[in-house]
Amino acid sequence: MFARLSETQSVSLPPALWWTAVALALAAGLAIPSFTGLDVHLDLSIIFIFGILALSMGFMWGQVGMLSFGQTAFFGLGGYTYAVCSLNFGETTSAMLLAILLPAIFATVLGYFMIYGRISNIYFTVITMVVTIVLEKAIRATSDESFVIGDVWLRGQNGIAGLPDLQVPWDPATTLFVTEVYYLAFVLMMAVYVGYRMLLRHRFGRVLLGIRENERRINLLGYDTRRYKLAIFAISGAVAGLAGGLYAVWGNFVAPEMMNLNSAASVVINVIVGGKATLLGPLIGTGVVQWLTAWLGTAGVGQVNLVLGLVLIGFVMLFPQGILPMAAGLGREALEAARQLFRRRDLAAAALRKETNS
Amino acid sequence: MHEIVIHLYQVMFAIGIFVLISLGLAVIFGMMRVINLAQGEFIMLGAYFCLFATQLGLDFWLAVLCAGLGVGLFGILVERLLIRFLYGRIMDTLLATWGLSLFMVGLVTSVFGPQEAGVDAKLGKVTFGAYSIAEYNLVLIAVAGALLALTFAIWRYTRFGLVARSVMQNPTMAAALGVNPRKYYMLTFGFGSALTGVAGAMLAPLVGNQPTMGSFYVAKAFVTVISGGPAPLTGTLYASTLFGATDGLISYRTTQVLGEIGVLLIAIVLLRMLPLGITGHSARRA
Repeated sequence: MFARLSETQSVSLPPALWWTAVALALAAGLAIPSFTGLDVHLDLSIIFIFGILALSMGFMWGQVGMLSFGQTAFFGLGGYTYAVCSLNFGETTSAMLLAILLPAIFATVLGYFMIYGRISNIYFTVITMVVTIVLEKAIRATSDESFVIGDVWLRGQNGIAGLPDLQVPWDPATTLFVTEVYYLAFVLMMAVYVGYRMLLRHRFGRVLLGIRENERRINLLGYDTRRYKLAIFAISGAVAGLAGGLYAVWGNFVAPEMMNLNSAASVVINVIVGGKATLLGPLIGTGVVQWLTAWLGTAGVGQVNLVLGLVLIGFVMLFPQGILPMAAGLGREALEAARQLFRRRDLAAAALRKETNS
Repeated sequence: MHEIVIHLYQVMFAIGIFVLISLGLAVIFGMMRVINLAQGEFIMLGAYFCLFATQLGLDFWLAVLCAGLGVGLFGILVERLLIRFLYGRIMDTLLATWGLSLFMVGLVTSVFGPQEAGVDAKLGKVTFGAYSIAEYNLVLIAVAGALLALTFAIWRYTRFGLVARSVMQNPTMAAALGVNPRKYYMLTFGFGSALTGVAGAMLAPLVGNQPTMGSFYVAKAFVTVISGGPAPLTGTLYASTLFGATDGLISYRTTQVLGEIGVLLIAIVLLRMLPLGITGHSARRA
C-alpha cells in the first residue's frame, strides 16, 4: 500500500517547484489573450471549461477510485440551472451560484442512496450512467409548451438559447465578453486544480487516497468511508455544475446534448487519454482530445463517434495509464540512458588515463 | 372489466419488453460478470439484421433467426478481439465496450445513414371490447417468456449449462478437470449476444430503427440485471416484473419518460435497501 502511494507521489513535484510551475502557468495563461484573436480565446475557454469537468471526474476516478459517469448529468444540470435562473431573475450572480449549489444537492441525494447502500464501485458507475441517460431523456421530453419553470420554457431538444451574459457581481451593468470569459474560465480552472491538489494534501484527501488503496482497511481504522465518499461526490458534483454554468455563459445556450452519452464518453476519454493518476492528466487530455476533435471535424472525417470509439478502445487496451505517465516514463528512460552513456564515457576515459599512465 | 384486462395486457407487454432487452445482458453481465456497455448497440445490430433480411424478402420469423445468428457470431468476434484480453479487469471492460458502442454507432451511421427505417411483421390486430390490441404485441410477450424459459433450461438442465456454470464459478478448477474455459467464455458470450440479437429483431417492428436506438435500452437492461442480483435469470424475471409493471402503468397513464424516471427511482431506492439485488439473500442461484 505504501509502495503504491509513494509511486503516485513520485509523479508530482516538490511543493516549491510546483507552486512556481503553477505561477508560471497562470502568468502564461493570462498573457495569451494579449497576442491572440477572439477566436483563440473562444476555443481555449471551452477547453478550460471541459478541463474543469474532466478534473471533477478525474479526481474521483484516479484518486478515490470512484468512476462516475454522472459528471455530465451535473454539468447539464448546472447549465440548465444557470439558464432558467438567469432568465427568470434577470440577474446572473445568484444564477451562477445556484448552478453550483443545485448539482451539489442532487449529487448528495443521489450519492446517499448509492454510497450508503454500499453498492460496489462498478454498480456506482453503471447507476451514475443510467441517471445521466434518464435525465437527458427527461429534458428532451420537455418540448411541449406546458413545461415552463417560472417564465422559461424548457424547449426539449431544441435547448434554450439567448442566455444573458454573466454580469460582474458588484456592477450588474457590466457584462463579461469573450475575452473576460476566457480569463474567468482560466482562473477558475486553475483554482479548481489548485483546490483539488490542496485537498489531496489535507487529511481528508489522505483518507480518500486510502479508500482507493483499500477501503476496508480504512474502515477498520475507524473512518466512516461512506461519509468521505459522499462528501467528495458532492464536491465533484458542485465542480461539474460550475463547469456547466460556465458552458452556458460561454455559448449563451444550453441543450440536452450537454448530458448525453457522447458528452459523458468524451469526458472519460479526456481523462483516460491524459492519464488519471495525476491531476494534470485530465487537463492535458482535454486539451489534446479537444484539439483532435476539432481537427477531425475540419479534416472532414464524417463520424467523430467512430474515431472517439477507436481512441477509447485503443487507450484502454494499449495505454491504460494515459499519455502523461507514458511521457514521464519515456523521459525517465531517456534520462537513464543518457546517464548510462555518460558513465560509459567516464569509464572509457578512466581506462584511457590508466593506460597512458602506465 | 375490459379496463382491467387492458391494464393487465399493458403490464404484461412492458414486462415482456424488459425481459427481452435484459435477457442477453443477464447472461453476459449476470453470469460472466462482463460489463457490456455496447449491449444497446447489439440490440441495434439485431434490428438492422432483421431490417435487411426482410428487405431481401425473407419471412419475418426467419429474419429474427438470422438476427440471432448474426449478432451471436458478431458477439463471438467481439469476444475474441476485445473482451478476452480484459477478463478480471471489470473497469477496463466497461470502458472498452463503451468505445465499441461509440464505434458501432459511428460505423452504422456512416454506412446506412442516420435516418429511421421500419419493419413490418405483417400481423393483424385483435379487437377486445372498445380496444384493439396488435397481435404482434401478444406474440412478443410469448416469445419473451419462451426465451427466458429456454435460457433457464439450457443453463440448468443441459451439459453445456452445467459446464459453463462451473467455468464461471471457478475457471481454474474447471480447467483442471479438462474443460477449456476460453471456449466456454466465448460460447457463453456468443449465446448472450444471440439472445440480444433476437431481442433487437423482435423490437424492430415496434420502433423506428436508427443507429442511436441502443441508448434507449441499455439503461433499462442494466437497471434490471443489477436490481435482479446474483441469480441472473430469476433476478431478471423478478426485476422485469417489478419494473415492467411500474413502467407499463405509469407510461399508460402519463408519458413514457415519466415511466422511465419511475423505474429509475424505484431501482435506486431498491439498491439502498437491498444492495445485493432482489435475489441477494436467496440461496438458490441460477
